[in-house]
Order: sequence, then structure tokens, then C-alpha cells
Amino acid sequence: MAVETRSDAYVAFEHVQKSYDGVTLVVKDLNLNIAKGEFLTMLGPSGSGKTTCLMMLAGFETATHGEIRLDGAPINSVPPHKRGIGMVFQNYALFPHMTVGENLAFPLEVRGLGKSEREAKIKRALDMVQMGAFANRRPAQLSGGQQQRIALARALVFDPALVLMDEPLGALDKQLREHMQFEIKHLHESLGITVVYVTHDQGEALTMSDRVAVFNDGRIQQLAPPADLYERPENSFVAQFIGENNKLPGTIEELSGDKALVRLATGELIDATPVNIKEKGQKTLVSIRPERVEFKPEMMPAGAHTLDAEVVEVIYMGDILRAVLKVAGTEDFVMKMRNTLGQTRLVPGQKIKVGWHPQDARALDP
Amino acid sequence: MAEDATTLLKTADGRPLKAALATAQARSRRRAFLLVLPLLAFVLLTFLIPIGYMLKRSFEHDGFSANAPALVQWFAENPGFDPANPPEAAFAALVQDLAKMQADKTTGMVGTRINYTVPGTISLFKSGARAAKDLAPPYKEALLAEDAKWGQPALWRGMYDASSTYTGDFYQVAVDRKLTDDGWARGGDKERIYVYLFVKTFLVSALITVICLLLAFPVSHLLATLPMAKSSLLMILVLLPFWTSLLVRTTAWIALLQEQGVVNNMLVALGLVSDGNRLSMMYNMTGTIVAMTHVLLPFMILPLYSVMRVIPPSYARAARSLGATSWTTFRRVYLPQTLPGIAAGSLLVFILAVGYYITPALVGGADGQLISNLVSFHMTKSNWSLAAALAALLLVAILVLYWVYDRLVGIDRLKFG
Repeated sequence: MAVETRSDAYVAFEHVQKSYDGVTLVVKDLNLNIAKGEFLTMLGPSGSGKTTCLMMLAGFETATHGEIRLDGAPINSVPPHKRGIGMVFQNYALFPHMTVGENLAFPLEVRGLGKSEREAKIKRALDMVQMGAFANRRPAQLSGGQQQRIALARALVFDPALVLMDEPLGALDKQLREHMQFEIKHLHESLGITVVYVTHDQGEALTMSDRVAVFNDGRIQQLAPPADLYERPENSFVAQFIGENNKLPGTIEELSGDKALVRLATGELIDATPVNIKEKGQKTLVSIRPERVEFKPEMMPAGAHTLDAEVVEVIYMGDILRAVLKVAGTEDFVMKMRNTLGQTRLVPGQKIKVGWHPQDARALDP
Repeated sequence: MAEDATTLLKTADGRPLKAALATAQARSRRRAFLLVLPLLAFVLLTFLIPIGYMLKRSFEHDGFSANAPALVQWFAENPGFDPANPPEAAFAALVQDLAKMQADKTTGMVGTRINYTVPGTISLFKSGARAAKDLAPPYKEALLAEDAKWGQPALWRGMYDASSTYTGDFYQVAVDRKLTDDGWARGGDKERIYVYLFVKTFLVSALITVICLLLAFPVSHLLATLPMAKSSLLMILVLLPFWTSLLVRTTAWIALLQEQGVVNNMLVALGLVSDGNRLSMMYNMTGTIVAMTHVLLPFMILPLYSVMRVIPPSYARAARSLGATSWTTFRRVYLPQTLPGIAAGSLLVFILAVGYYITPALVGGADGQLISNLVSFHMTKSNWSLAAALAALLLVAILVLYWVYDRLVGIDRLKFG
């Protein structure tokens, strides 16, 4: 990945490497620029290095090599308490021996703010998360969602320009999580703060972020806005990690500009768009989203290659119908159909033909 | 209304719900009770009964009351007599009892009982009893002629107090009060050994508790934060003293700290201390404190460790990210959360230290003795009642402390591991 040293980057990682044992690298040559006011999510499976990056930014881990800059100034040797970065932890880390009000007062007291100023800020922060009536409660008396709000208010009460969030919604149930996603996003927009958010939940990453950095194996695999990430994955890891995906292995038969013809392992030919493919004869993995697979000829472009398919099962999911098909030797090829009025209802055993627009099939590295 | 509704609740077949619940749980309750029965019996037989018996001894002694029936009867009839000048009838009863004691060979027992409160009376009773059968009325003059000490007001007060089986005399002695001619009074400053020892015991125990806390805190933190393999090894080192005989440990301290011991030899060899000025660290209070701190340290480490182990490191990180220095983080976030462990460890160490006997006895010398050594001294001297009274006072003091602790910290916040 090319390094662009942008002076306007609010947070910058430059050639950052991290090793815990001196033998293996947890973070390998990380280069990342985050603009002021941006909501950036670090997404990846556990052990991919995303939390380590966040901890290095917060100051709890030191970079083995490379430089981290905040607002233009290197912060490698600045202790955590002088960085002025707000942080929300996975288990909230609200101090159990203090009330909600005392928890919020803590960052203001250590900054030496006067009582009246503290109270004004605490009130404002609590109102911001609709928890104004809870200042005298103890954290243990609050529900998970309420604790989450308090943790958020505490990270924001001292007006940091940068807030880090380490899987803050991991412990909440689905409905509450979705509601909090919206609220955090709303707070981000109204306060104009920069947020670096770590999660392993791709749905969360896609809904909330301006840009998502997909981590794997200590490297950023792709850094892009959510729509690009989903629709134009740059390699097969990203394609598989984000959303559901059909994979068809094959070899490049023809390569001409932005069009490729792929010969599948079972002999059939399909249309695809080459992504990180360089030459004819190269092995490839073609990735197609289930909702972009078509089985009605009128929906496919003229002259499109089709594949014979047999319906294995159809699952009724309410808003969509999910069909599992036997296609080109695989038995887990998935096709999603919108549950519209008059939608064709497929039955198991039915023989159909499937095809797609060439730009929806992306030929990636195997 | 709501309460009516609950009492009226019935099962499907019309039985009251409470009765049905009790029947359903009775079997498991019986089983649970049978399981704890052996322990209950053991505790009752080996702990509660002996302690109860010992406490009874602290206010009960029939050495005088059982062997001087005439005088006991006279005291009962004349409770308001003047100890400074008892009438002839009292002396007549005394002479009658002295003769009986001589016949029953109980003089020693009676003398010992009175001797607890009026020193020097054993021989008085012995010679009096020997002479009793030869005395003729008027007994007052005759007995006083035999020995003028029979006229002491303190003696008569002592005998009057002892005429009841139940007595607070031992508690009076245990708090350094003396029976004088004018009744119970505060003893002279030099004679106030028990109160002095109580105070000393509590101060030394407090000091040992503080030293233990200072030493244990970093070790416990290390135990709680080290990786599993290393912390297990450290834990074994902490527990090692538990697996060694107390006697061996204490003797090891003697070998180290005595005047010709390892530490002194090293100091002399290094030239830090001249050969003539070897430090005396053994057979005095220093020895007691060092050895007891060593013995009691695990009792501080274990409760602290159990509390620290469950404090997530994210609290400290949160505090740091909120702008607190490491010292503020420790003081305002970490330390308050370890309080239950500190309280439990301190209570445990303090209570154990207050009642500690063997270590001060072995390494304390004359200066390093604590109250339990005196309890033991009186046990061996057969003054069980005084020993019991001292022990009871210790028990009361600890219970009071426990109550204060409950008030200040709350017993439910205690964590022993």
C-alpha cells in the first residue's frame, strides 16, 4: 500500500509495527490516515490486530516500530493520560465504587475544573445520552444499555476531539445494539468528533462508518467506504468477510480490459470483472453476492453466460427467499430473491438457469 | 390487600401454597441438615462447650463458698456488716469453718481462692486452721491474738466477695484493680500489668497488621496480574510457610536474628556494626514482630489476591484515558476497589495477632510477651479463672472491634478468598 503522508490527517499511523514476543508481528506495517471528524471503523476477526492498533493509539501499548501522530504531533512517547483521547471500553469500565455523577466528574476533577463548571458539563453530557435522572445511581444499578450510555457520556464529558470505541456494543442484545448504533452515529454527527471504532460485527461497521478498515493478519486488507467494501471487495478475504458470498474457483480464459471470461473447474464459462487479476491463465476465485444472482432470463444482460442449477432447498425468511442451489459442482450456492407479490416460488429439485451482470461477478485472487 | 392475596394462594388441589412448599422442601432440608450434622457436633463438642466452660470459669469459683458454710450463712444474713470491724458472731463462724477446713483438708483450696484477691492469705488460712480447734470464745480476741492479719478489712471484703460462687473478682484483677482495705481500687501504675499488656498487645497487633498490609499489597498485585504459570509459582512461595512447621519457622528466625546469628554476623563482617555492638533482634519485641509478620503474611496476601484478581485491568486503563496520572489512578480507582480485601486481610491478621501465643513465647523474651502469654502463664499456675477472665476480655475486645468494623465497612463487603 502506498504511503501518502497527508499533513491534514488528524490521526496518522506510519509504518507502525507491533510485536509482543519479538518473534511474530501482530501489526505489520500499518499506514492509516484518519481525517478530522471522520468515523473510521477497524473491522476484522479476532487476532487480526485491530484492537492492538486502538490500544497503541490510546497509549496502552507502545508501537515496536513506526510513528503515530495526533493532530500533526508524534504521540509515541506521550503517556495515555496526556493524550486527551476519550475511550469507551467493551465492558464499559465504569468505576463500581462511584456513582454515575462521580464517574463523569472523574475526568473533570483530574483536569482541575471547578465545581460549577463540572456540574454543568456533567449535566450536559448526561442529557446528551438521555440519562439526566441517573446521576446518583451506582453503575451496578443500571442495565447494560444504560451503562453503555454512561460510558459514552464519560468518554465525551471532557470534550475530547478524538473518541476511541473498543467493541462498545458487544454485550448488548440485538435490538438495543441497533438502537445504540444509531445514537452513537447521531452523536458523532452532532458533536463533530473523530471516532475510531473497533468491531468484529460487519453489520455495525457498514451502518455506522464513513470508512471501514478491514484487518486481517496484521494488515489492512481494504480501506473504503461501506458501499465500496460491500460491492467492490478488492480481495477474496474482504469478499468473504463482508456479507454473504458465493465463490466459484476457476481459471482466466480471456482477459480484455474490464471484462474477463473464466473457465470454471467443472468446465463451464462465466462472465466476470477482473479485480486483482493480471494475466490470462491465472487461477482465480469468482465472487458473486447472493442477491445479485438472477434466474429470470429477462433480468440478465443479453448474451450472458448462464449455469445450470438445481434447487436444493428454499428458506422463507420473511422479506427475502433464500434458495440453496447445486451449481457447477458446489452444493452451497446461494441465491436471494425479494419476497415481492408474484415472485416465482421455486421448489426443491427444480432445474433452473442462473446468471448475472458481469460487473457483479468479481474475479479475485484465489 | 396484597398480603391477603399471598396468604390465600392455594395449589390446584386446594392446599395452602405455603404448606405445600414446606412439604416439598422438607426432604431436602432434612438431607442438608444431616450432611452438616457431623460438623455441628464437632464444633459443639470441641469449640463451643470448651469455650463456654472456660467463660464460666471466669466468673465462677466455689473454693471458698463450698468449704466455709457457717461464714457463707453469716454473710448472707448480714450483708451490710462493717469489714473494718466484724462482730464476734462473724469470727465465731470463721473459727467454726477453719476447724471444718482442717478436718476436710480444704484449707489450701480456700486459701488459694482468697489469695487471688488478697495476696499472702494461703499461709494465714493454714496456720489459722491448725489453731482453730484450740481457740476458745471470745473468738474475735482469740483469733486476732493468733494473727492480727485476721482483722484486715480487705480480708473480710475478700471473704465476703468469695462467699458467692459467682464473682466478678477475676475481671477486677484482670483490669488491674486491687482489693484494698477500702474496697476495690485502681492499682498503682507499676502494678498495672494487665491493662498495659492489653494495650501493648493491641498496638503490636496493629503494627504487625500495617507491616503485613504494606508487604502484601505489591505481592498480591503481582500475583493477580502475572501470567498463570508465573503466578502459580509465586503462590507456592507464598504458601510455603503454611506447609512448614511453625516451630521450624520460628527457630529459623532465631538462627537468623540472634546475636551470634546470620544477620548479625553479616553486618559485623561488612563492618556496618562493630562486634561489641551486635544488634539484639531476638528475645525482644523486634523478634516478636518480625516472626509474627512472617507467620501472618499469607493471611493478608490471600484475601487481597482474591479481590485484586477480579478487578479488570480496563478500570485502570479507563482512568488513564480519562486523564488521571498513574498515582491518581491507583489512589482513586484501584485502591478503593481493593478495600474489601484490605479490610478482610487486616481483620484476619489483627485478630490472629491479638491471640498469638507460640511465637512471642519462643522469640519474645521478657519484652516481647503478649497478653496470651499471660493467659498461658495463669493456666499453668492453675489460676484458670483469671486466665479465663483475661481471655474473655480479649474475646469481648475483638467482638467490639468486629462490630465497629461492621458499622464502618460492612461485614457483607468482607472477602476472604
